[in-house]
Amino acid sequence: MRKIAGAIAFVIFFAFLLFSMYELHEFGKPPSDMDDYIIQNAQNETGANNAVTSVVFDYRGYDTLGEATVLFTAIAGVMILFRRGKDEE
Amino acid sequence: MKSEGMSPIVQTIAGILFPMVLIFSFYVIMHGHLTPGGGFQGGAIGASAVAMLIVALGAKKINDMVGEEGISSFESIGGLVFVIIAILGLFMATTFLSNFLVGDTIFGKIPPFGSNSGILNSGGILPLLNIAVGMKVIGGLSAVVLVMALATKEEKK
Repeated sequence: MRKIAGAIAFVIFFAFLLFSMYELHEFGKPPSDMDDYIIQNAQNETGANNAVTSVVFDYRGYDTLGEATVLFTAIAGVMILFRRGKDEE
Repeated sequence: MKSEGMSPIVQTIAGILFPMVLIFSFYVIMHGHLTPGGGFQGGAIGASAVAMLIVALGAKKINDMVGEEGISSFESIGGLVFVIIAILGLFMATTFLSNFLVGDTIFGKIPPFGSNSGILNSGGILPLLNIAVGMKVIGGLSAVVLVMALATKEEKK
């Protein structure tokens, strides 16, 4: 019974994958014009030659702030876990 | 008195290699707006240099030199600098994190369009944010390595 349910679930999932694969955009034709805009204007607007950095730190600056917050939280957790108290020394 | 850490050969080589790796890390951070790399990548390189020093010299010695509080406050200063620059964009220009230094004298040059070798004095707030994130990653990752090394050392006793 369990194997049959698993097989049906697999077939449905695979069918969804196939349908979404046919719905993909053609190669070299992105769904939006955002990348053209960034390639044309990133150097003028941010002054940086590296378009990736201009996206990461300027156009998507909030995302980088969130990444830095995730890093801070992870490090704070490790420091709390491993720090020795003053009385243990 | 037996010193902890590895043999004197390894300690000497690590001492020679440490400034070179650190300079490479600073280069990757400083040129983040011109070449591949940036704050996160350069910070990881610098943290690996500190990890090499911790492995070679022993965690206790590094902890006596800088201390885990010093390293982790270095990380917090990096995060604070990031947020302060972001809020400065609110006052100097229009929005949070807006690039208010473009066209100014500091980091304000605009490179010509297309692929060129680039100007170091460009990018607006991007180099400053790269430096802040680099400080954060160097401090954070080396603090994690140092604290974990100290904890394993205590367990062995």
